[in-house]
Amino acid sequence: MSVNLKVNIAGVAWKNPVTTASGTFGFGKEYAEYFDISRLGAVTVKSISVEKKLGNPTPRVAETASGMLNSVGLQNPGAEFFLKYELPNLKKLDTKIVVNIAGNTIDEYVAVTEMIGDSVDMLELNISCPNVKVGGMAFGVDEKSAFEATSAVKKASKVPLIVKLSPNVTDISAIAAAVENGGANAVSLINTLLGMKIDINKRKPILANNVGGLSGPAVMPIAVRMVYQVAQKVKIPIIGMGGISSGADAIEFLLAGASAVAVGTAGFVDPYAHIRVINEIEEYLKRNNIDDVNNIIGKLEMN
Amino acid sequence: MGLCKLIQKQEIASNIFDFVVETHTGLQANAGQFLHVKCGGTAYLRRPISICDAWDDKLRFIFEVRGEGTRLLSQFRVGETIDILGPLGRGFDLDLAQGDGDIILVGGGIGTFPLLLLARELELRVKKPIAILGYRTKELITLTDEFEAVCEEVKITTDDGSHGTHGFVTDVLADMAKNGKISAIYTCGPTGMMKAVAKIAIEHNIPAQVSMEERMACGIGACVTCTCSVAGYNARVCKDGPVFNAEMVDWGGF
Ligand SMILES: Cc1cc2nc3c(=O)[nH]c(=O)nc-3n(C[C@H](O)[C@H](O)[C@H](O)COP(=O)(O)O)c2cc1C
Ligand code: FES
Repeated sequence: MSVNLKVNIAGVAWKNPVTTASGTFGFGKEYAEYFDISRLGAVTVKSISVEKKLGNPTPRVAETASGMLNSVGLQNPGAEFFLKYELPNLKKLDTKIVVNIAGNTIDEYVAVTEMIGDSVDMLELNISCPNVKVGGMAFGVDEKSAFEATSAVKKASKVPLIVKLSPNVTDISAIAAAVENGGANAVSLINTLLGMKIDINKRKPILANNVGGLSGPAVMPIAVRMVYQVAQKVKIPIIGMGGISSGADAIEFLLAGASAVAVGTAGFVDPYAHIRVINEIEEYLKRNNIDDVNNIIGKLEMN
Repeated sequence: MGLCKLIQKQEIASNIFDFVVETHTGLQANAGQFLHVKCGGTAYLRRPISICDAWDDKLRFIFEVRGEGTRLLSQFRVGETIDILGPLGRGFDLDLAQGDGDIILVGGGIGTFPLLLLARELELRVKKPIAILGYRTKELITLTDEFEAVCEEVKITTDDGSHGTHGFVTDVLADMAKNGKISAIYTCGPTGMMKAVAKIAIEHNIPAQVSMEERMACGIGACVTCTCSVAGYNARVCKDGPVFNAEMVDWGGF
């Protein structure tokens, strides 16, 4: 039995519903040593800002139960460098390219959007990074500023716009509705959850930044619940992420209402995780005699 | 690399374990590279551990139990398989030496282990190095015979004077730099020690390489958590390093 894995995300055809979580996959070069990254539905690269960013001091990672905290702080080489040296390699791939954009102000978001123009397939607006002092998550935790950032970037954007949501809010579906009103063509969720890990011998946080973003299997039930809530509220497609390590995990997100999923932290433990997730989604569909992945999206039956 | 069988295991000093695994691959390991090891159980992330020795399809690594991950790793039994990724990272450059002076290895504590493979490779391809190995105390001294077999000379220091020279490896190195002819220095150990070694190397214009350590997640260069400031940029210890030229590292931050 042949199954269809193709999904349509805001008018862009992905060959399968699996992409990479921004910031966990660099610009693809490193994982390309392990598998053919053209097999992915899309490659979502690390956050790009107008100017290069050095990020936060180290340690920037702390292990936690079934997950990890990071406080990278959006280290990136800046848009100009990205366009000149990284994008040409990405363009050679037979997959869709999603660029995640970061900024401290709405003007900076707009500037980086204009610099990227239509050179990629989709943009993902990051209003949810917990690791920077200004901008970042500040836009993502308030309906009004999420709406404003989205509509400003949407006006400047020449490609479909995904808005990446923060789980560090009381009602994520309200933020999702606000960005949908602002013109977002899709939403992605969740970014990391703000957390802290303490070294009890030094009586200090492990991260130099004291706090960081929690990711990995530990966050998955929260992410699935949030995808479900957002799916009840908005019509635009949802890209679900947070702890996905297997096809079974991905299927949970699809059933909850995501049209696609992203794999992040799991790839740090198993560099083949992304490919495994794609293969296991296909196997699940075959096992259940479902010939099209689109037929399970949002097909959750509540008790 | 995948699943490797543990074929030899020994606790060579208190809480310091010496593992040999069979890889079944033809992958070449260079001195200074590391393995990213899944410790099992509740340890979610892999742990980076330096390669201490390599021959045929065997890899040897030695680690100290310092936390939950390494504690779990120390519980593997001979015959069991360990999930290992690697060899990873950029190792030592064997062609660092300029001129015909001595090649010096400076190791501190668990930082001495990766220098063994380096000493072997230097002996084989360049010339026998001189090793200066520092330990906190006598009980922690390991691998001396193996270093002696491939080194011109092995000088040992202990912080408490319980064996060898009482004092620091950097005192011995500073003396040699003043009085002898050194053509290259390679070092691995605590950051403070490496910083002091780098200072001596730079003062005397001696090419030197350091092996940096940082907490890691992916180990393959994708997550940018493991950085250290090198020539004004946050380089990835796992991919751009762990070995860097000493004069390139921005030591001010340490
Ligand atoms: C090391 C690391 C760096 C990240 N960097 C970014 C980033 O630059 N931009 C962004 O939008 N999200 C970033 N994230 C969040 C991930 O894209 C993702 O939303 C989150 O990790 C949950 O998915 P996961 O559990 O599969 O990793 C980062 C996550 C990690 C672990
Ligand atoms: S550990 Fe991920 S980049 Fe080094």
